[in-house]
Amino acid sequence: MPGIERCVSEIVTRHGADPSQLLQILIQVQDVIGYLPADCLSLIAEALDLPRARVEGVAGFYSFLHSRPVGRYRILFSDNITDRMLGAPALMQALCSKLWVEPGKLSEDGLVSITTTSCTGMCDQGPAALINGRPVTRLDHRRINEIAELVRQQVPVSAWPAAFFNVEDNIRRRDALLASTAAPGDALRAAIRVGREGWLTEMERSRLRGRGGAGFTTAVKWKACRDADGADKVIVCNADEGEPGTFKDRVLLASHADLVFEGMTLAAWATGAQKGFMYLRGEYRYLLEHLQAVLERRRAAGLLGAGIRGQAGFDFDIDIHLGAGAYVCGEETALLESLEGKRGTPRIRPPFPVTHGYLGRPTVVNNVETLAKTTLVALEGGEAFAATGTAQSTGTKLLSVSGDCAYPGIYEYPFGVSIERVLEDCGASDAQAVQAGGASGVLIAGYEFHRRVAFEDVPTAGAFMVFDSGRDAFEIARNFVDFFAHESCGFCTPCRVGTSLLKGYMDKLASGHGAKPDLADIEWVTRLLKNASHCGLGSSAPNPVIDTLVKFRPTFERRLESLHFEPAFDLDAALATARRITGRDDAAAHLDRKKETQR
Amino acid sequence: MTRPKLRIATTSLAGCFGCHMSFLDIDEHLFELVELVEFDRSPLTDIKHCGPCDIGLIEGGVCNAENVHVLREFRNNCKTLIAVGACAINGGLPAQRNHLELGACLREVYEFRDGLSGGQVPNDPELPLLLDKVHPIHEVVRVDYFIPGCPPSGPTIWKFLSDLIAGRTPRLTHSLMHFD
Repeated sequence: MPGIERCVSEIVTRHGADPSQLLQILIQVQDVIGYLPADCLSLIAEALDLPRARVEGVAGFYSFLHSRPVGRYRILFSDNITDRMLGAPALMQALCSKLWVEPGKLSEDGLVSITTTSCTGMCDQGPAALINGRPVTRLDHRRINEIAELVRQQVPVSAWPAAFFNVEDNIRRRDALLASTAAPGDALRAAIRVGREGWLTEMERSRLRGRGGAGFTTAVKWKACRDADGADKVIVCNADEGEPGTFKDRVLLASHADLVFEGMTLAAWATGAQKGFMYLRGEYRYLLEHLQAVLERRRAAGLLGAGIRGQAGFDFDIDIHLGAGAYVCGEETALLESLEGKRGTPRIRPPFPVTHGYLGRPTVVNNVETLAKTTLVALEGGEAFAATGTAQSTGTKLLSVSGDCAYPGIYEYPFGVSIERVLEDCGASDAQAVQAGGASGVLIAGYEFHRRVAFEDVPTAGAFMVFDSGRDAFEIARNFVDFFAHESCGFCTPCRVGTSLLKGYMDKLASGHGAKPDLADIEWVTRLLKNASHCGLGSSAPNPVIDTLVKFRPTFERRLESLHFEPAFDLDAALATARRITGRDDAAAHLDRKKETQR
Repeated sequence: MTRPKLRIATTSLAGCFGCHMSFLDIDEHLFELVELVEFDRSPLTDIKHCGPCDIGLIEGGVCNAENVHVLREFRNNCKTLIAVGACAINGGLPAQRNHLELGACLREVYEFRDGLSGGQVPNDPELPLLLDKVHPIHEVVRVDYFIPGCPPSGPTIWKFLSDLIAGRTPRLTHSLMHFD
């Protein structure tokens, strides 16, 4: 395979034969070859002087990397609950039957493969799919027919109608951030004027907390990184927005990328870092070109590179790394592992990234929205920033509103806004529940709609999925359980096994084999997941089930086939093969489901 | 005043009786045990059907219709039901047939084996039909406790039973769960 050899050696050379670039190398090699054949992995291992198992381990970890051939048209339907509610499963079935292919399999001619993927962040304009990595939104039967025809006639995706790939921002409510008219460099000028120390003081005054969900105070993180040993500090922007139902970062990156990069540069000003990374989720790869162009423009304007805005010693530049479809990489230490070209397995903390992060260097990892917000702090000053919001949650919050409402999209509110208010604004008149914060967040029932979005009440990374009275809370929880079972990284047993057990129980109930003791078992597994998992993925995986069992218990109870034990499978049907082979049909050749089971 | 004796029943489903042999390995503790319990259905008593009991010990997984009936009988009669050993907990060795199609499996044994001619799969109504897969017992009835091991050692079984009889929640310490 001289062609493959040349391709591998070219790409490896382009990345300086640096093992920490392994993931990026694998992504690019796959771009050329279509998948990652076994001998190709050997070539890469050899060229990087890495063990073959390490390369195979990474290639096997990410769901957008393939060790077997996939279709020349690879169609991934987004499988978030909001896509399902908009009819995605039926659309996928329709496309499969039109193209004569089974879900999850490669068509015999190698032309097309169709399957599902975790939320692609297009919940406000679903049902959505990724076709050869490019997002297609607002799918309906007509569009499915058109896609089937284009695939059959083998029209290259680049020649498909541009309207298919139209992604709208859907900004419905602007506040401080989205209404900002600051020009690139304005915030930097303000921060440079007050000096590095003065800038950190402003950040402290702002009491800005991380927007990624955990809500850690940003200034504390920056200060710890600045004070950590080691001169080679790193700023990482976490743009791995994988939480189902969240798409605010997509909009910030698409339309306010300058604010985000400026925030990273402000973090560099505070900490003295010279190296920045943006870790962009694979699903948002379509934004890569645009983001590179913004970076290039900022370099040309002296806002990145050596001596930023004429300040001697203020050197900082940013690289963009791509993810490849792994939700767990949104966890900051898993993200750092992935940045280093490894499997995205979360690290044990402490040590925290601020002292031992990327390649052991002091590292700040901040969410896209957090970084964008720091520009407001620079422009208005910390006091002014802290004047909006609540006591413990200053400033505004972007909400990604989707589901059963008239106007899905991005809403920016000062912290402290009530759920009721958001529901009213987005035109959700018949809501029975809201999932705030995505799959790992909290399910808010109708009697709690007076609660407020803020770290002290309902914390959220931004997802706000609305469910009207026609929806079944059990199915919502089941969708999230499927999601976690799929996204568990497999490193620790409680999470790997626990999420699968939970999925097994939910499937058992869904197929009509549920029994009362299953509810106790579910509660036992959720406790185990919560207390014994290695990282936040495992400990938050049972949240949707716990909430639903507390707030919508009847949706579970009405699925119970028995108050006693009930097997997950049909015992009589399990004898069918033996009946057929022996030709028997006597009474002893059957098992009664009800008989003998009283206890 | 002596406490009334607890009743214990034991059986082997799709197992090899290795766990029962291991049970006998509690040796001199058997004397203590018979002071505390009496046996209902068990290979030790040759009683054919299980009556109301306190404790049921099940060895082996569920591979046929008869296993299902026996297991249900135990569940209906035993206040506490315990899966003993790898086969009861996971299906164990018999479950190795689970990746084969049952029909192919039976034909291989009864029709195509060397030295067989004109053989056919037995269809006598006396014989229990095989399930298409071998299942761990907790997939067919509710199980209260699990004693792992292939087989669990005599000391493990004794520790578990003596805890249970004394009213303590059974706890197997590391040395009793350490197999290599």
